[in-house]
Amino acid sequence: MPDTLVALYVFVLACFIGYFVIWGVTPSLHTPLVALTNAISGIVIIGALLVTGAEQASSGVEILGFFAVLLASINVFGGFLVTNRMLAMFKKKKK
Amino acid sequence: MELSANTQALAYLVSAILFILSLKGLTHPSSARRGNYLGMLGMLIAIVATLAGREVQSYGFIIAGVAAGALIGGVLAARVQMTAMPQLVAALHSFVGMAAVLVAIGTFLNHQVAGTLNPVLMGELSAGIVIGAITFSGSVIAFGKLQGLISGAPVRFAGQHALNAAIALAAVGLAIHFAATGSMVSLALMTLLSFVLGFTLIIPIGGADMPVIISMLNSYSGWAAAATGFTLHNNLLIIVGALVGFSGAILSYIMCRAMNRSIINVVFGGFGGESGGGEAAGAVAAEKGVKTASVEDAIYWMEDANRVIIVPGYGMAVAQAQHALKELTDLLEERGVEVKFAIHPVAGRMPGHMNVLLAEADIPYDHVFEMDEINPEFPSTDVVLVVGANDVVNPAAKSDSSSPIYGMPILDAGKARHVYFLKRSMRPGYSGVDNLLFYQDNVSLIFGDAKDTIEKMVAELKGGGH
Repeated sequence: MPDTLVALYVFVLACFIGYFVIWGVTPSLHTPLVALTNAISGIVIIGALLVTGAEQASSGVEILGFFAVLLASINVFGGFLVTNRMLAMFKKKKK
Repeated sequence: MELSANTQALAYLVSAILFILSLKGLTHPSSARRGNYLGMLGMLIAIVATLAGREVQSYGFIIAGVAAGALIGGVLAARVQMTAMPQLVAALHSFVGMAAVLVAIGTFLNHQVAGTLNPVLMGELSAGIVIGAITFSGSVIAFGKLQGLISGAPVRFAGQHALNAAIALAAVGLAIHFAATGSMVSLALMTLLSFVLGFTLIIPIGGADMPVIISMLNSYSGWAAAATGFTLHNNLLIIVGALVGFSGAILSYIMCRAMNRSIINVVFGGFGGESGGGEAAGAVAAEKGVKTASVEDAIYWMEDANRVIIVPGYGMAVAQAQHALKELTDLLEERGVEVKFAIHPVAGRMPGHMNVLLAEADIPYDHVFEMDEINPEFPSTDVVLVVGANDVVNPAAKSDSSSPIYGMPILDAGKARHVYFLKRSMRPGYSGVDNLLFYQDNVSLIFGDAKDTIEKMVAELKGGGH
């Protein structure tokens, strides 16, 4: 099976996982959900690392890559930290 | 030590599982923080596995980028006001979009040097660039509207849809040309047109539809990550992209359903502006036969009530009234009044916005209820306090088939014995529709800033003691 087709399999199956997992999320946590998905969509940092660190990367690509790493890192750090900050506020009634 | 490709792939699998469990954690507030930590762990594993792999040969720019990103992200996360969460989220969406575009262009240039370009790869690259660029400029516009930098009113002009369709077609045509020939000119034009398309797609959408826009752009940012995964043949990116893409898509669906509108209608509808007249509220109210009430009236019914339900809307966020509400809640509970909060799915500027604001004010989440849970309780409720909400309690959604909000599920606030609206003016909600509830016998309006009014209620309860 060619690579692209394997990738398509993975993609479609992951869509199904996403569908079932997300429907389970409680509506009261929808804002943290958006912030958390912000953080994990920062996974494009992997792409940025691969492009920036590649052996054949020209200095132009390195600069391009630097900005990609920067933007993706803001998502990763900003997303996880703000999600944590929000979730810490959700408390049950004190006894 | 260098990680082999197989070890790296296994690490990515572990990371993907951690991300799925992380989202699963949000099923309940009690497991949510653990979920967030699992996500962090997944990200750490993914980044370390990538850096330790064979492909990454130099680290200078990477370390600089991560350090700067960590600093900026950390400061943003620590400083952002909870009322401004929608803006932060929009900004972060735009960053994912731009990162996807940069990665795609960088991938193209690297493959060009290595002489390994092929049409399939260039087609995948094009998808990454188009989706990423639309996500970027669309999110920038959404940010501008949320931040009040540009008007929240829908911007519409003749031939808008034809223009969008033409731009989209041209971008696809250029993508095909680029994939077939590797022409840099086509690549540049396609990128440019995609940025323009994000702009023209989001600018006509009104401020009232922000919860849908945020969700939609959330979805786009996921698809952009997935497209990047296809280009790099990286399954982790594909999996995560699909998870995020579906998350945003489902939220969009939930938001649309809560407004009884189709996504097509939202995207092309241009519904609701943020502007509105600030006429002399009292006079207009009297003219229309609407009753106004004083703080004392409301407190009179509230202090001996069995149950009070508070319906917060975006107006509560604008007035920053959530902390005063917490104080009011505590005082009422001390007197044995049961206080509950009722949240409509589209209250606020993003999904779940009200819940976060209430949580910030230390209101326990087990006092906060979704529409379907709480609707049966309104008829047996003594007092409903509507704080900065409007359309979500408007019975026109049920009774007036000519109303633009007809068919939208609402909170049945009007069924309670007494309803008090805290409002600044008589101006209608975002839909621009008059609220039929105002004319009901059991409903009164209390004009003024929501925070001031609630603080007066608190003072009345403290000092009163009738």
